[in-house]
Order: sequence, then structure tokens, then C-alpha cells
Amino acid sequence: MSSHVLVDRLQFAFTVTFHYLFPILTMGLAIFIAYLKTVSYLGREDRRFALLRRTAVEREDHEAAARFWAKIFAVNFAVGVVTGIPMEFQFGTNWASFSNYAGGVIGQTLAMEGVFAFFAESVFLGIFLAGRDRVSARVHWLSSLLVFAGSWLSGFFIIATDAWMQHPVAWDHGPHGQAQLNSFWGLLTNRWVGWQYAHNMSGAAITGAFVLAAMGALFLLTGRHERFARLSVRVGVVGALIFCALQIYPTGDRSAHNVAQMQPSAFAAMEGLFPTAKGAPLVIIGNPDTQARRLDSSLALPDFLSFLTSRNWNERLTGLNQIPTNQWPDSVPLVYYAYHIMVGLGTILALIAGLAVFLLWRGRLYRSRPMLWALMLAFPFTYIANIAGWTTAEAGRQPWVIYGLLHTRDAASPASSVPAGTGIFTLLGFCGLYLFVGILFLALMLRIVNQGPDDGALPTSPAAAAAGGG
Amino acid sequence: MATAWFCFLALMVALYVVLDGFDLGVGALHLLLARDGEEREQATAAIGPVWNGNEVWLIAGGGVLFLAFPRAYAAAFSGIYFGLIIVLWLLVGRGLALELRHQLDHPLWRGACDTVFCLSSAALALVFGVALGNVVRGVPLDAAGYFSLSLFHILNWYALLIGAFGVVVLACHGAAFLAFRAEGPLAGRARRATRILWWPQALLFVALIGPTYAVRHAMLDKLIDHPWTLVFPAVAVGALVSQPLLARAGRWLAAFLASGLFIVGLLTTMAAGLYPSVLPARQHRPHGLTVDNAAAGHHALLTALVWWPLGMALAAGYFFFAYRMFFASARRSALEGS
Ligand code: HDD
Ligand code: HEM
Ligand code: HEM
Repeated sequence: MSSHVLVDRLQFAFTVTFHYLFPILTMGLAIFIAYLKTVSYLGREDRRFALLRRTAVEREDHEAAARFWAKIFAVNFAVGVVTGIPMEFQFGTNWASFSNYAGGVIGQTLAMEGVFAFFAESVFLGIFLAGRDRVSARVHWLSSLLVFAGSWLSGFFIIATDAWMQHPVAWDHGPHGQAQLNSFWGLLTNRWVGWQYAHNMSGAAITGAFVLAAMGALFLLTGRHERFARLSVRVGVVGALIFCALQIYPTGDRSAHNVAQMQPSAFAAMEGLFPTAKGAPLVIIGNPDTQARRLDSSLALPDFLSFLTSRNWNERLTGLNQIPTNQWPDSVPLVYYAYHIMVGLGTILALIAGLAVFLLWRGRLYRSRPMLWALMLAFPFTYIANIAGWTTAEAGRQPWVIYGLLHTRDAASPASSVPAGTGIFTLLGFCGLYLFVGILFLALMLRIVNQGPDDGALPTSPAAAAAGGG
Repeated sequence: MATAWFCFLALMVALYVVLDGFDLGVGALHLLLARDGEEREQATAAIGPVWNGNEVWLIAGGGVLFLAFPRAYAAAFSGIYFGLIIVLWLLVGRGLALELRHQLDHPLWRGACDTVFCLSSAALALVFGVALGNVVRGVPLDAAGYFSLSLFHILNWYALLIGAFGVVVLACHGAAFLAFRAEGPLAGRARRATRILWWPQALLFVALIGPTYAVRHAMLDKLIDHPWTLVFPAVAVGALVSQPLLARAGRWLAAFLASGLFIVGLLTTMAAGLYPSVLPARQHRPHGLTVDNAAAGHHALLTALVWWPLGMALAAGYFFFAYRMFFASARRSALEGS
């Protein structure tokens, strides 16, 4: 692979991974903020449904919690936006041949993201952050719902774009040999989209839930902001259990099923499956050796993989040995390890969430220091799992950028326009800029956490400052 | 149908420049106009709630280009690779400086954020002008439909002139915004700035006609061949002339709108003069990208013609709602304050 393509790949992988760190929390927190606001707005004591009924104090707690989380959300969102804009344009700068080839199809979903999702999200976030003293309680509640809808919609369009690259449908050849759309509906209902979207969004919600729980645990362990901390831990662990369960079944299971059916080479690499086998084993711990074409495995469950993919213990699964090496993912170990990291962490996170909910039910959670410690330290692993999942999907799709249609090596901008040297320069520039942005982000986060939920005076955005001081 | 998409694209670009233009102008001027912390607060708070929404027009405009003319999207952005990446970095810096300046209440932090915000806004106004200048001048497209301009060639004399014009126009637009939106001494200074900046703006406007004719005769010929398109330059001239008149009458909102209309007039004139080119080659060279050879497939353009206006109507609705809310509450707080 020529060096300019390699540089383009590194730059894209770096910038998209960095960008995605922020939307994970945007989307993950949005659903919980919407929940807190809904309880606070709808939960009057005279409600007919017991589920909605809350005391005035509880409602005020939910409102205060929503206000605190909105501060975190605002900073996170700002970084997500500014790192997202380079993504939108990198398809043109670094992947011109890809854009030329595929723009007639994926231009649809990317433009829809801007038109339907980002406008709503940015406008209503402006209103939401401007605060309750500037709009009525009802408009404030509605704008929290619309921010949630906008962020989850933008997730949908970007996943629909990626799903088309994983499993291209609804296209035919245009006059200049590019792909052109022949069914809009087919693009949106690509059979890859549904489970990928559900799995990815649930993964973001897991991060949101664990961040909630971690913040609450921190405050409980340090004996600060007791009421806020209890509420955050409670909502966090219940949410974590729900979404961890959804993550494994059905969404993870069905995603794996799709990959096994439609990208057999990626699937074999994920599972480290070399010989084609009837009753393939499920590897728990092992080390793929691409030279010897085998897996040095120390722990495997016989026949389990066949069962999981097809509900049949004897199902025959294609191994890498049956696939020509030039169709293997560029790095089999990367795909294998990324996948096992995701699944391993998914299992551990589900166990933590389950145990925490059990303790909550027994009324012991707020006093169990080991459990609170575990919750406080668990949240970074949700980020790792999300990124590992994307690495599995994207590196597993190699050597194709659009599966079966366009090789990654043919997708980059021509070397005459973007030579490797220029690419290295801009890659280094992004590294430096994002390092700075990352440090700034962490410093501001620590500050917000330090101030805690009681200090209502901190303006979270220019909008809020305008409300307070204008 | 590709023609319809050409019009939409021009519309998106024009709306982006008008809306984000005043943010950029305020940014470029605010270190000059706002003298103390409180006034800077006022200037940034005036655009705080809306700048992100305004910038989405750029993203959506990029989306429309990708959707409707993928070849032009691929060629343009890879061809001016370096210039575009610099724009992206500036956008990152500007957005963060504006959003995060309120997070810390320390003069050093605020000063740093304000400086980054000011410099990146001015640089963006310049670079956007330079980009438009290069489009008008045409780019050295090859037979495969790609080109490459090094940073040095992006900054040619014509493009730099347009870039300077861009800075002046947006600064004037930003001053017009503050003139009606700000209060106290800041508003007074902004009003003076609109009067002063109007002169270089008008002078450059007239002075640029000659060079534009030199780099692309076809543009003027096109306008004259289709006389109805002369409404676009007429709008620009009308708006330009009415600006000082409205300002003298103290009708600052109207003067700000006239400034927006001037920008719309300029950009639509440019679009009408370039049509049917989306990304023209240099004068008298083949391989230009036009609405015909750069357009996406029929089905894509047709379906997007259904959902796109719907999405735009929704977006217009949100903007109307948000702007009304923010401006109404600004007026309320102004009344309470006085
Ligand atoms: C908190 C994050 C998280 C957790 C705990 C899991 N996943 Fe996951 N997974 C993702 C986050 C994620 C993701 C980031 O959302 C991915 C990447 C691409 C995508 O759409 O979703 C993904 C993709 C993804 C794929 C598709 C890979 C491809 O397209 O090549 C499969 C088969 C699974 N996951 C399966 C699982 C299973 C069986 C899990 C059981 C524990 C699991 N994931 C836990
Ligand atoms: C699965 C991957 C991605 C998801 C789920 C995602 C989702 C999001 C979300 C929710 C936002 C809202 C702002 C925020 O981050 O807080 C956002 C911002 C943005 N994303 Fe991503 N993104 C992904 C990858 C990409 C990619 C590959 C692109 C390039 C096309 C992109 C382009 C953008 C842009 C342009 C913004 C700024 C929008 C604004 O101003 O509101 N994103 N993204
Ligand atoms: C936000 C989550 C995402 C992450 C973490 C991610 C990660 C990666 C990684 C690690 C690579 C390099 C793979 C390799 O070179 O082996 C890559 C490549 C790529 N991805 Fe993604 N990706 C994400 C979302 C997307 C989305 C939503 C799209 C499309 C809309 C996309 C399009 C691409 C393209 C065009 C490449 C370049 C070609 C290539 O090297 O494969 N990615 N991504």
C-alpha cells in the first residue's frame, strides 16, 4: 500500500476516534437528561399513574441533577461539534476517490444528518442551556427531548452511512463508473442498519449510565452532595443494567449474526477461526498466529461458536484458511483483539451493573464502598469497549472501504493532490491540536466536578451567561 | 434538475455567509470595539446562543455539495487540501474559544480566548474570500477531474483581493449586527465602525469589477446575455446604497438586514455568472466541472428534492423560533436594565 494511503488512513482513524469519544457521551447523557427532565416536568403528585408520581422534593432533585449534567453535556458537546466538522470535510480532502465513487449514495445520508439532526440539535441545545428562567418549563422540557432526538438522529444517519459501506445496497453503476443510488428507501432500510444502530446507541447509553454512576459514586465516597449522588447512582446503575443486557442480547448477538453471514472474512478474523470447522469452538483466551495459521488457545468452549451464530451445534463455519490471504483483513490480530476486548469488557460491565442493581434492591448500595469504588473506576472501560467495537467493524471490513466494491487502496485522494508529506504534516497538526483540546477538556471537566451540583452560579455557555448577566 | 440543486447550493452558501458572517465579523472586530471585559461579554453573549446553529449551515452546505455534485466535492477539497485543513483548524479554535471562555473567570483565560476568537474569525473571513476568489478564477483541473493547488498558488493576487474584500464585508456586517444588538458605548462604537467600514467596502466593490472581468470575461458576458440575472447585482448595489441611508435614519435593524442583502446579492451574482459551472477550470481551459458532468444520479437528486425542502422548512422554523426568543429577551433585559 502506498505511503500516502497509509497516512490518510492514520489521519482518518485518529480524527474519527477522537471525535467519537465525545458523541458517545453526548448521546449517552442526552437520554438520561431527557429522563430527568421528564420526571421533573411530568411527575406531579396528582398524576394518575403511580410510575409518574413524585414528591415536590424529588422533582426538584431531578431538576437539579438535570442542570448539573447539562453543564457536562455543554462542554462535551462543544468539543464534539468542533471535532466533527473536520470529519465532514475529510471525505473530500483525504478520500476524494471514495467521495467521487460513493458520493451519489452516501451524500444522501450525510446531508440528511446536517439538515434533520444538527439543526435541531444545535438550536434546541442553545434554548436548553439558556435556562429555565428564559423559557417556560414546558419549552425547556421539550427542548431537552429535542436535543435527545437530534443527537440520536444524527447517530442514525452516520450509522446508515457506515452500514452502506459495510454492506452496500440500493445502488447501480452510473455513467462514469461510480455508484449511484437507485432506491432511497433501500438505503435507509439496509438490513445492516437496524442492529448496528441499536447496538451502537445502546453502547453510548452504557457510557452515559456509567458516567452517571461514577459521578455519584465519587460524591458518595467523598461524602459530598448526598442527595444528588444517590439519584445519579440509582439512575446510572439501573440504566447500565438495562443497556448492558440489550448490548449483549439481542443487539450484539444479531450484529455478530450479520457479520457471519455477510462478511465471512471479518467474522473469521474476529473469532480467530483458521480451519473451516463444523462445530466451531468459541475462543475465550487465545492468540492468533497468522504465520502458522492457527490460534494458540488456552481456553475455548467446543462447538459454542457454531451454536451462537446459528443455534446449531454442528453448523459449518468458514475459517480464514479457506479464504485467500488477499481478502483477509489487513491485520487479523487487530480485529481479533479489538473484538475480544469489546466482548470481554461487555461481559464485565454487565456483571458490575447486575451486582450494583442487586445491592440497590437490597438497600445496601450507597454504603457498599467496594461497589462504589468499582462503579467509580468502571466508566473509562465503556469508552474502550465502544472504540474497540468500532475498530472491529472498520478494520474487519478491510481491505475494502466499501465492502466488495472499492478497495481502501483505491479510495484515497490522488497522490498528486495530497502527497504523503502533506498528509504527515496535517496528521501531526491534528495530533498537536487534539492533544491540546483533550487536556483542556479534562481540565474543564475536573473543574465542573469539583464545583459540584450545588453551585448554580457557574454559567455553562455564552447563552446562560447572557441569561444571567445580560 | 441539477440546475435546481445548483440554486439550492448557492442558497446554502449565501445563507451561511449571511448568518455566520455576522459572527465572524463580530469576532474579527470585537477586540477593537469592545474595550473592557463587560463589553466583550456583551459582544460574545450576543452571538453565543446562535453561532453554532449558524455554523451548521456550513456543514449542511457541504452536505448539499457532496449529495448533488460529488465530483466537485472530491475535486475541490482534495485540490486545496492544505487551505481547507487550515480552515478546519481555525474552525476548531474559534468554536472552542467562544464556547469555553465562560468556563473560567480569569482575565488571562478570557484574554487568551478572546484573542484566539478574534484572530481565527478574521482569518476565516479572509480564507473564505480567498476560496471564492479561486473558484471565480478557476482551478487547473486535469482530465481525471482533479487538481492540486499548493498554498502558495491558492494565495494568488486575485484571490487575495477577494479575501480582503471578504474581511471588510464581514467586518461591516458584524458591526451592523452589533450596532442594533448591543447597548451603550459598544453600540456607539459599532455604529461608527459601520460608517467607516462602508467606504472601503464600497470602494473595493467597484474596484473589483475590473479584475474579475480580467480573470473571467464569461462571467460578465453571461450576465449581460441573460438580462434578468442583472437583478442580482442590482440587489447588491441597492442594498449597498441603502445601508448609510438607513443608518442615518437610526434604523439599525434595517441597516443590518441591508448588509445581509448586500452579501446575498454578491453571492447570487457570482453564482449566476458561473452557471453552469460548479467548479470552473481556468479561463479557456477544458475539464471544468459543470452541473451536468458533476451531478449525482437521477434518483438521488430526485428523492433529495423531496426531503431537502422539508428539512429546510423545519430548520427555518427552528431558527425563527430561536432568534425571536433571544432577541425578545434581549430587548426585555435592555428595558429592565435602563
Ligand atoms: C459499550 C460498548 C460495547 C459493548 C459492551 C459491546 N459492544 Fe459490540 N460494538 C460496539 C460497542 C459495544 C460499537 C462501538 O457500538 C460497535 C462498533 C460498530 C457499531 O456499530 O457498533 C460494535 C460492534 C459490534 C459488532 C459488529 C462488528 C462488525 O461490524 O464487524 C459485533 C458483532 C458486536 N459488536 C458484538 C458484541 C457482543 C457479542 C458483545 C457482548 C458483550 C458486545 N458487542 C459488547
Ligand atoms: C458513529 C460515528 C459517529 C457518530 C455516532 C457521530 C455522532 C455525532 C453527534 C451525536 C454529534 C453532535 C455533537 C456532539 O458530538 O456532541 C456529532 C457532531 C458532528 N459529527 Fe459526528 N458522529 C460520528 C462520526 C462522524 C463522522 C464519520 C462524521 C463525518 C461525516 C461526523 C460528522 C460530524 C459533524 C460535522 C458534527 C458537528 C455537528 C454540529 O455542529 O452540531 N461524525 N456527531
Ligand atoms: C466513530 C466511530 C468510528 C471509529 C472509531 C472508526 C474507526 C476507524 C478506523 C480505526 C479506521 C482505520 C481502519 C484501518 O485502516 O484498518 C477507519 C477507517 C475508515 N472509516 Fe471509520 N470509524 C468510525 C466511524 C466511521 C463512519 C461512521 C464512517 C462513514 C461514514 C467511517 C468511514 C471510514 C473510512 C472512509 C475509513 C478510511 C478507509 C480505511 O482505512 O478503512 N468510519 N475508521
